[in-house]
Amino acid sequence: MGTMIVTDEKARQLKGVLDQQLLSIGVSLAILIDEAGNVIVSSGNVNGVDTTSLAALAAANFGATAQIAKLLGEEDFSILYHKGKKDNIHFSKIGMDFILVTVFTDDIPLGLVRLRVNQVAQELLDLLVEN
Amino acid sequence: MALIDLNRKEIHCKIVYYGPGRSGKTTNLFYIYNAVSEKFRGKLLTIETRGERTLFFDLLPINLGQIHGLNIRLQLYTVPGQSHYRATRKLVLKGVDGIVFVADSLRKRREKNIESLLDLKNNLKEYGLDLSQLPLVFQYNKRDLVTANVPLLTIEELEEDLNKDLGVPYFEAAAAKGIGVFETLKEISKRTVKFVARKYVFSSAKVRAQGGVI
Repeated sequence: MGTMIVTDEKARQLKGVLDQQLLSIGVSLAILIDEAGNVIVSSGNVNGVDTTSLAALAAANFGATAQIAKLLGEEDFSILYHKGKKDNIHFSKIGMDFILVTVFTDDIPLGLVRLRVNQVAQELLDLLVEN
Repeated sequence: MALIDLNRKEIHCKIVYYGPGRSGKTTNLFYIYNAVSEKFRGKLLTIETRGERTLFFDLLPINLGQIHGLNIRLQLYTVPGQSHYRATRKLVLKGVDGIVFVADSLRKRREKNIESLLDLKNNLKEYGLDLSQLPLVFQYNKRDLVTANVPLLTIEELEEDLNKDLGVPYFEAAAAKGIGVFETLKEISKRTVKFVARKYVFSSAKVRAQGGVI
């Protein structure tokens, strides 16, 4: 657990992946965070969304469910999904230290979001760990 | 894990207020929240039980201003102090860059302080961290009760119990009245930013030595 450094170039590349793969299918907001609750990069409509609090709560939520997983004999749950009346939120673990948060409306099928998140996971991880 | 974002020109540091239940960790955050102008702070997020005890954590983002063109952003967290929330405390400590240990000056809370410090050391150990290597300050809270005829631990006793081996700065405080709150915050901010900056300089030097570009 060292210090994570995000350069201009890295931020641009990460945002590019979020834009091309997630925003393009209609996801309203995609945020990449670390497990300490820091926002690394976000893309989409952040108007009215407190991303700092969202990141802290998402990281904590993931940590708490990982403990539940351990009680059941699982290592952790790699995906979390909460359904709202209008907006839905999907959390997916990226490698050991990162979490991808996606917010989307009912117009976007959950399956498509899951598929895309799965597809970009490795790409994001490669960008995050290379230095 | 501190985050240095050269794109947004920001450094994010995570500071955790640790200590036994009812020692005044959330009170510290509330005081800071109310005293700092809106320009320099974000929303105060609290997750508490009905009895106003912290259930998961409180979070207060504050902006310290610029150093060398980089905005310093601190995220102040508290943990739930009650002993049965150990798993939650460990989660909040993930990626910590600096710690304020808020000790309760009440004599009858002596054991709880010692127990909580031990719990902190053990939780850090599980993340491969050593308390003596991390930025840390002590805050001996509720010093104002000395006039209320309540049995308090002396500063010498608190130092002997908690800070004998660590030898870090301590501050006497009455967090509910704001006494010592900013002194504590100033010292831990200074130590944490220095610590993170040193790690950053070291890691960029290493990357350069390897021929890479950060």
